Amino acid sequence: MSEKLNQITQELCADFNGRLVEFAGEPSVILPADQLQAAARHIQADLGFELLSCMTAVDYWPEENPRFHVIYRFTSISNHLTLNMRVPVPGLSPSIPTVETVYHSANWHEREIFDMFGIRFEGHSDLRRLLMPADWEGHPLRKDYPLGYEEPQYSFNFDEIAVRKPAPKE
Amino acid sequence: MTDIKEVTYDEIRHLVSDRAMKGETMLLNMGPQHPSTHGVLRLLLELDGELVLNCIPDVGFLHTGVEKNMEAKTYQKAEVMTDRMDYMNTVGNNFTYCLAVEKLVGLDVPDRAQVLRVILAELTRIQSHLVWLGTSALDVAAMSVFLYAFREREATLNILELVSGQRMMTTYIRPGGVWRDVPPEFEPALRDFLNVMPKRIDEYEALLTKNPLFLDRTLGIGTISGQDAINWGATGASLRGSGINYDVRKFAPYSGYEQYDFEVPLRTEGDVYARYLVRIEEMRQSLRIIHQALEKLPAGPVRSNNYKFVPPPRSEIGTSMEALIHHFKLWTEGFNAPKGSVYVATESPRGELGCYLEGDGGPKPYRVHFRTPSFDNLQVLPVMGTGHLVADLVAIIGSVDIVLGDVDR
Repeated sequence: MSEKLNQITQELCADFNGRLVEFAGEPSVILPADQLQAAARHIQADLGFELLSCMTAVDYWPEENPRFHVIYRFTSISNHLTLNMRVPVPGLSPSIPTVETVYHSANWHEREIFDMFGIRFEGHSDLRRLLMPADWEGHPLRKDYPLGYEEPQYSFNFDEIAVRKPAPKE
Repeated sequence: MTDIKEVTYDEIRHLVSDRAMKGETMLLNMGPQHPSTHGVLRLLLELDGELVLNCIPDVGFLHTGVEKNMEAKTYQKAEVMTDRMDYMNTVGNNFTYCLAVEKLVGLDVPDRAQVLRVILAELTRIQSHLVWLGTSALDVAAMSVFLYAFREREATLNILELVSGQRMMTTYIRPGGVWRDVPPEFEPALRDFLNVMPKRIDEYEALLTKNPLFLDRTLGIGTISGQDAINWGATGASLRGSGINYDVRKFAPYSGYEQYDFEVPLRTEGDVYARYLVRIEEMRQSLRIIHQALEKLPAGPVRSNNYKFVPPPRSEIGTSMEALIHHFKLWTEGFNAPKGSVYVATESPRGELGCYLEGDGGPKPYRVHFRTPSFDNLQVLPVMGTGHLVADLVAIIGSVDIVLGDVDR
């Protein structure tokens, strides 16, 4: 991890009440949702991260609080840095503020996440489904949404599958 | 079951002006089946005569649930789904996914495999640009370029077939290396291609670059500033045509790109013509990279010998008990990846192609997400297209070079 990125992540954690995790040599800042917009503005204007490279979400079902993480990846071309950020979201009526007003490119990414995970983005200008049909029910990338075919049963996952295998009824 | 909700214009009412509701302007569907939208893209246009006042893209017609399906497959088996996202950059998709898997599990790749990966990725970049060149020239009524561009694209596809047995969905790059070594005919075939290609690029340029009809259709059309382009997330030629120097191969070199000498073409105009010039020059730079890679192509193994992650060669399975066990374990259970997440970006022909990969300690990816360049580049289309004629919008769509399989995944 570069010295500069180290300093930036430390500052972000201190200023916005976050904490730091690290994996494979890359730090991620975990921020609370209520600080998100202020942090995004700070990241763009003061820290010089011009590009919101990637935005996605992960579902940790059956965990409930937090059930989701929304993941942001910022790139600073001028300072030659990348920054990972994660925002935990609870499972009950999940909603976080939008960053579309800061990074326009978040528009479709937030629509996709709303479509696939059912996370609402407060203040989004046009929160409709993006990829699935408008009358679709459910949010396909949630972990409790079935994929729709049977998984082969091997010794290593025998018990896991046996539990949910339909058995003949008496 | 709740009732099926009817989708009406009320849903998009906030996106169009009041004039459209009074009937002063016209709402027109362009697509999803339209030859110039390069796939199944639907654009809802608000028109004042021929002038585009507003353009609302509607995507998702090619959504195949790649990310959800990959969660149900082991790391190796999930790879075949990546070819099918951006079907113009199949090798590049495999490349990105394999880099992500290798970063997640900490797997090394032998030198020869790294160089082979670069050669094939650049070859795919050239063939993708050739398809873009042909089809986008066709959009502005230059018919003959299409035929010439597809002639050379055949040559690149033949080379891909030579090394992998497949023309498009190669899955040649695998976690830990490549599938197998290239055949002896590979090098002469590639050299033939390298000899002929520079002259062919000059030919395309002779047909288009100073052609007054082409200039009329492209100069000053679909202009976007660098500031806007980056805020809307555009990458690739859409960004470099607007003067911002961002190429992942230079920004964060992977697979040894720092060892090659090449330029990143830049233009500042930000219009359709600038994007055209950037891509033409990129093809020349790709040829330069392939030249250098071919000269330095080292001998040696093409796959990692870490059999916990990479299947052992067929010849060893007959004689070694361990190899047989590894083979069996890898193709039934797969390998376990640690709990954690990585993000790896590469430069696809269209821009930054990122793979977010999260493991949960088991043999299947917990979450895979592809940050696809077409997805973000298509978002910029309303910014570029508003205020132009419908016919110019066709030229702009061509210049952004979207692949709908890449947008919808």
